[in-house]
Amino acid sequence: MNILAIDAAPARARRLHPLAVRVMHWTNAAAMIVLIGSGWGIYNDSVIFHGLHFPVKIGSWAAESLLWHFAAMWVLVLNGGTYLVYGIATGRLRERLLPIRVADVAETVRETLHLKLAHEDLTTYNAVQKILYIVVILAGLAQVVSGLAIWKPVQFSGLADLLGGFQSARLIHFLGMAVIVGFLVVHVALSLLVPRTLWAMLTGGPELPARR
Amino acid sequence: MRSLFRPSVLPDPGILDDHRPLIRSLERRGFLRGGLSLGALTMLTGCDVSDSTSVGKALRAISAFNDGVQAALFDPNKLAPEYPSSAVLKPPRFNAYYPVEDVKPVDGAAWKLELAGLIQDRSPWRREMIAALPQRETIIRHICVEGWDYIGQWSGVPLRTFLERVGADLRAKYVAFKTADDYPSSIDMATALHPQTLLATTYAGETLPDPFGYPLRLRMSTKLGFKNPKWITAIEVTNTYPGGYWEDKGFNWFSGI
Repeated sequence: MNILAIDAAPARARRLHPLAVRVMHWTNAAAMIVLIGSGWGIYNDSVIFHGLHFPVKIGSWAAESLLWHFAAMWVLVLNGGTYLVYGIATGRLRERLLPIRVADVAETVRETLHLKLAHEDLTTYNAVQKILYIVVILAGLAQVVSGLAIWKPVQFSGLADLLGGFQSARLIHFLGMAVIVGFLVVHVALSLLVPRTLWAMLTGGPELPARR
Repeated sequence: MRSLFRPSVLPDPGILDDHRPLIRSLERRGFLRGGLSLGALTMLTGCDVSDSTSVGKALRAISAFNDGVQAALFDPNKLAPEYPSSAVLKPPRFNAYYPVEDVKPVDGAAWKLELAGLIQDRSPWRREMIAALPQRETIIRHICVEGWDYIGQWSGVPLRTFLERVGADLRAKYVAFKTADDYPSSIDMATALHPQTLLATTYAGETLPDPFGYPLRLRMSTKLGFKNPKWITAIEVTNTYPGGYWEDKGFNWFSGI
């Protein structure tokens, strides 16, 4: 009887994207967009690459862009930090993003070149997907570190030196942005091509098989 | 169906005719005003607008919070890196809220430095008196909030030495500056007492050139460029938040680096 009762009310099934992950994902998306848009406004004030200005920005002038940037940074750091701790503690990051095998990468590239996007099973990421997610997480970390060096090149002068000085840290911060924007373009395009993935990030997606 | 908002007793239409010219002028004014605010919307000139909105208020509140975080991160004993004199940019890069052609030179002979606030001896200072105080030189990086930078060689009286000399209350919160170019500015006391915070009178070993603040300017190694007022005419020590030219427009007040 007891056993039957347990069977009748099984532990809540694990979803592909638990509520916590969905909240953190969309919070991060909002913070990233504000940071990128306001960062473009700040960049326009003194460009790194001659002739490269961003036509769109958040904040009508530098002071406003800076206010947005230095507000959204807290959201990114707190939310991103929580996400990493959660991802490591629950094993989600390892489960979703590892291992990456060379053969799998070759396979995914071959299939993609044949315009075969395998996505029947949303619960396993292909090798290229895994690499992209790892790259964007590392880029986010690089943005926090290089951002600190730009914000406090005297208080954290050791960090600024490590990144090659103030202007070098600024360039790294710009390149980190470029990597994240590049990821964003691919990520959004693919989620629109396979809308089920977008839906899954809103509602939780399919149930996962029980953990071994 | 009769509108619920239609009054049961209608006013005499004659009123409309009596006041026709007034009504027309009101309409024209309304159009003008509408057009102006539409124009303004396309080029929101920033904080005057956003400051009154709830988003603007929230952003300013976070900026004030960031002032506190920066004060906590500020190490009063940490010196900014110094550089060899071969790295010094000559002349330095000019920047102000107006172009360099509009600089109005200050007459050094007639100039005096007024003192106000929580200071024991508030009698004004002249150039020779300041030159007689102990001097210090720094070769430090100037970092602008816009993102550019250069190495500059400054010397003058450490602000700490000056504040001690005039008997300023060193436990006060703020040191505020007034300048000949109407560029009010203010800093926290901890930064004012930092060893590399100078009342600078020379650049690269020569008397400060006019565009860079002759006869007296502030030069700090631990704050962004715009926090360093030029052509200083008055110093006040106070516990009341003084703000500043760019700070009042929305730039972060502490702006430490």
